[in-house]
Amino acid sequence: MAEFDQELDASGLNCPLPILRAKKTLNGMTGGQILHVIATDPGSVKDFDAFAKQTGNELMESKEDGGKFHFLIRKS
Amino acid sequence: MEEKKLAIIATKGSLDWAYPPFILASTAAALGYQTQIFFTFYGLQLLKKKLALEVTPLGNPGMPMPMGMDKWFPVLGLALPGMQGMMTAMMKQKMKAKGVASVDQLRDLCQEAEVKLIACQMTVDLFDMDTAEFIDGIEYAGAASFFEFAGDSDICLYI
Repeated sequence: MAEFDQELDASGLNCPLPILRAKKTLNGMTGGQILHVIATDPGSVKDFDAFAKQTGNELMESKEDGGKFHFLIRKS
Repeated sequence: MEEKKLAIIATKGSLDWAYPPFILASTAAALGYQTQIFFTFYGLQLLKKKLALEVTPLGNPGMPMPMGMDKWFPVLGLALPGMQGMMTAMMKQKMKAKGVASVDQLRDLCQEAEVKLIACQMTVDLFDMDTAEFIDGIEYAGAASFFEFAGDSDICLYI
């Protein structure tokens, strides 16, 4: 996993909370910074992809590791 | 990116039906939509400061019942006193266990994200509702105001 500026652990949270928390965290970051989100909701894989496409923030990485989903999002 | 708009009409006042408007509105706001929810009739229950929302298995054959209860309770059994309270408690417990947000929490997130919440003035008058029981930060308006926003919306949902 590449370097990141902030981390958000959304483990145990269900739709739509991981997205809402990620959005809130991104609001407090500056353009170009990278957010690492950890989630356990399997729906979050498609949702973070859709979130990135619609908001213009780049989803740099999306992977599963040991039952958890990891996302790297670069703020636009 | 031009801002999209989502308009929702929330008409139902039960625990299960409280979710779709607040989940969709909060998510849309996170995606950059300008969002409004117009609450009418039983939907006004979703704006009470103290939410007392319940879920009922009555008249709802699609509701998954715990422990196969639908097999050993005939339809009339579901009308027994206390049954609705029990089903509500079980549903809330299940939601908590699965990390599903509470209705209060989703509603707060909507307000934080500047989702506009509008209460139908006619319903308030019709049921003699006390506006002191409603949360702060909502507006009271009628059908014409709804169309002012919904007429330009990209998505319009009746829930």
